[in-house]
Amino acid sequence: MAVRTVLQQADIDRALTRIAHEILESNRGADGLVLLGIPTRGVVLAERLAASIGRIAASDVPAGALDVTMYRDDLGRNPVRAPRPTSLPAGGIDGATVVLVDDVLYSGRTIRAAFDALSDLGRARAVRLAVLVDRGHREFPIRADFVGKNLPSSTRERINVHLHEIDGDDAVTIDGGDADVASAADAAEAGRDA
Amino acid sequence: MSERFLITGAQLPSGERTDLLLDGGVIAEVGSIADAAGATVVDAAGLIALPGLVDLHTHLREPGYEQSETVLTGTQAAAAGGFTAVFAMANTSPVADTAGVVEQELSLGRAAGYATVQPIGAVTVGLKGEQLAELGAMAQSRARVRVFSDDGFCVFDPLLMRRALEYVKAFDGVIAQHAQEPRLTQGAQMNEGALSGELGLAGWPAVAEESIIARDVLLAEHVGSRLHVCHVSTAGSVEVVRWAKARGIDVTAEVTPHHLLLTEELVASYDPRFKVNPPLRRAEDVEALRAALADGTIDIVATDHAPHPIEAKECEWDAAANGMVGLESALSVVHAAMVDTGLIGWADVARVLSETPARIGRLAGHGAPIAVGAPAELTLYDPSASAEFDLARLAGRSVNSPYLGRTLPGRVVATFHQGYATLLDGAVRPADEVARHAAERLEVLRG
Amino acid sequence: MRHLLSTRSLSRDDAIALLDVAEDMAAVQEREVKKLPTLRGKTVVNLFFEDSTRTRISFEAAAKRLSADVINFSAKGSSVSKGESLKDTAQTLQAMGADGVVIRHPASGAPQTLAMSGWIDAGVVNAGDGTHEHPTQALLDAFTMRRRLHGAASRGRDLGGVRVVIVGDILHSRVARSNVWLLATLGAEVTLVAPPTLVPVDVSGWPASIGYDLDAALATMPDVVMMLRIQAERMQGAFFPNSREYARTWGLDDARFAQLPTTTMVMHPGPMNRGLEIAARAADSPQSTVREQVANGVSVRMAALYLLLSGEREVAR
Repeated sequence: MAVRTVLQQADIDRALTRIAHEILESNRGADGLVLLGIPTRGVVLAERLAASIGRIAASDVPAGALDVTMYRDDLGRNPVRAPRPTSLPAGGIDGATVVLVDDVLYSGRTIRAAFDALSDLGRARAVRLAVLVDRGHREFPIRADFVGKNLPSSTRERINVHLHEIDGDDAVTIDGGDADVASAADAAEAGRDA
Repeated sequence: MSERFLITGAQLPSGERTDLLLDGGVIAEVGSIADAAGATVVDAAGLIALPGLVDLHTHLREPGYEQSETVLTGTQAAAAGGFTAVFAMANTSPVADTAGVVEQELSLGRAAGYATVQPIGAVTVGLKGEQLAELGAMAQSRARVRVFSDDGFCVFDPLLMRRALEYVKAFDGVIAQHAQEPRLTQGAQMNEGALSGELGLAGWPAVAEESIIARDVLLAEHVGSRLHVCHVSTAGSVEVVRWAKARGIDVTAEVTPHHLLLTEELVASYDPRFKVNPPLRRAEDVEALRAALADGTIDIVATDHAPHPIEAKECEWDAAANGMVGLESALSVVHAAMVDTGLIGWADVARVLSETPARIGRLAGHGAPIAVGAPAELTLYDPSASAEFDLARLAGRSVNSPYLGRTLPGRVVATFHQGYATLLDGAVRPADEVARHAAERLEVLRG
Repeated sequence: MRHLLSTRSLSRDDAIALLDVAEDMAAVQEREVKKLPTLRGKTVVNLFFEDSTRTRISFEAAAKRLSADVINFSAKGSSVSKGESLKDTAQTLQAMGADGVVIRHPASGAPQTLAMSGWIDAGVVNAGDGTHEHPTQALLDAFTMRRRLHGAASRGRDLGGVRVVIVGDILHSRVARSNVWLLATLGAEVTLVAPPTLVPVDVSGWPASIGYDLDAALATMPDVVMMLRIQAERMQGAFFPNSREYARTWGLDDARFAQLPTTTMVMHPGPMNRGLEIAARAADSPQSTVREQVANGVSVRMAALYLLLSGEREVAR
């Protein structure tokens, strides 16, 4: 099956740097920002963004991880998922502007679950959403505030995000849509937002 | 008039092939028989003819537990398994501890007509182990009881056991002991060993059986009596019996089919079909029991056919009843455990499943070698068949067989009792037909 | 995982995965909102044929914090002779739509019978069966040890090289059995110490060493000493002469406790017989994990319920 690379390392770097600037601009600085990545790759992206924002604004921006497994609405439709740790910055999220960070935005169900998870952890002043790739096909009225790349795709295609910290390289690729071959489990894994 | 049967081309236990004519309740002719006008011909080519099997240890459950088995259904199971005589254990309700109860069982057996039902009398009143039952009255009754047993319970009191052994000498009786030290087996659930510790089931130590057998053979020696040991299940018990026989003590011993084939590993499923008293033991015990049956240390195979209703087995292990049905499967299991392994031949099968049990129980009319003039008690067995043992093979009222789903060799094709067929072409004959034959046969004997 | 019946059949990876999920559950227990929506709409039945308020409320808290509906079914006294059979009870629960059944039963193997019988589709958690197993107790014990040893860095780790001494009535203890299998699977070295009457007759196949001398076992400075509850009724069975002799020979008294390194954990599955198998000083010391064990019990049981009930229902094997 054909594999196409749509973003290379330099593209990803540029996209993240741009998002960092956009976040700073919309927040009018780094004050009160908390970046929460959604495991697995969202956490890495949140850390990179926090570092980037920190460099630009010359201040520390707290980053953490928000696991949404326990809040998903599709648990009973898939094999059991192992939850991942949630870790909040020391100050928590009360009154903060939380930027949720994920690698791929697809149906929107993960983000919906993230809202529930977030509300059990505290009361954020505002919640924003940053994603590296938006591939469309939304099933909820959810839209990202910051997007690295819009990537219109077929539901039969599979988008893979590779990040150096986890996969050894940085790249975003598309597998050519022969979805019949992929098992249900693969499909669930494919867009991590499926 | 009873039917006449011409059985052609059967193989005798000796290996010889012959025709057999059953007429007037006896084996009328043996050899090459050309002319048998009016006889039903049974083609027995490839089948083994055995003297009708005799089970020294059957629970028929009637009177009292008819939801599990009755004399009629139990003897139908016997016919399906090739048995023509069963010794009915005394643990009915009321207990078979008086002449009245044993005579009732005898009558029920005669009316049903599928097999000779020879009642066993209780050793103690109500099987309670406190006071001797009316052993003499039962011996002198129409049932002519010669075997006495509290099976299900051990005659534990050594003095009572001694008296029982002595008392039955008066009428050539025998005490069949259920060897189980009650204190060592309180709450016991399975063989005690590595597996019981792992499964958390209270252990049933081998020594609880062996110590009673050791005590009893010494008692039998001391008072010069005959002792029979029920369902020997451990290698240690075999050693004790072997020692006693070498010493000249008049002891006989039985082993069940399931103790010759199954091991305690099956208990790991907690499936109560495998719960039995005595419990399934280790592979080493099975090996020792097989060797002992082959060398004559153990005299006979007895089924301990123990029917239970479904609800007594569809439950947690602790709550389940002990016991397995065994009449229908016995011959196939002995075939698998003893013949297919090369330990014994078909003449030995005839000895351990017919001749010797009849002799131990002093039962006339059964267990005689197949010869002219012998009673027409006969079993035809197809040793070449091999099939998964399924519900269709069970002819009794209960289905608590440990062999369901297991492939077993052989199949009983026909059973003849008093010259008429109780099983033909593998199918149990209808109850009304069998009862009519039995009534006619009784008339002939009285006439 | 479809059922949790024993630790004997639990692989190292599955055990660690469960303990790791329990870490996440423990984190939830530290939040202000202690509840997760995960098992919303699921029904968990606590089917207790034996009294055990501690274990029942632990499972009840676990199920409720996962938003499951909980039905407590106290079936004590039910038996084939006295009332409803296990089969009828199971079919009743099936008709009520139970997704999970947490069963405590005095008969060894009853949870397995329930799980394998086909009477019920629900996932079955063994909450203690006879003298067989009590898997969630062993898992919470392992979880407690791992947390004390590795703290926040516990995830993914086993108990390799941890030396555990388990003392008391091994013969009748489902806690001991489940711990022996699980701790060995996780790489711990287990020593059992008991009067010879309270050790199963053949434990040669157990991944543990056996001793009769508590002082000798404690002199090896183990990482964990786990004291089992001794039931006074055992005296009637002639397992030991009397409780005074038991306490003197196999109890963790003040003198023995004083000789232990301050790093040695003192564990007890509860409820404790203070002054019999364990002295108050040991039970109340900072080395005692007794209260952590209770708290961790909820986390571990949440993990078990999550793993059994959250995914799509597997076809029965």
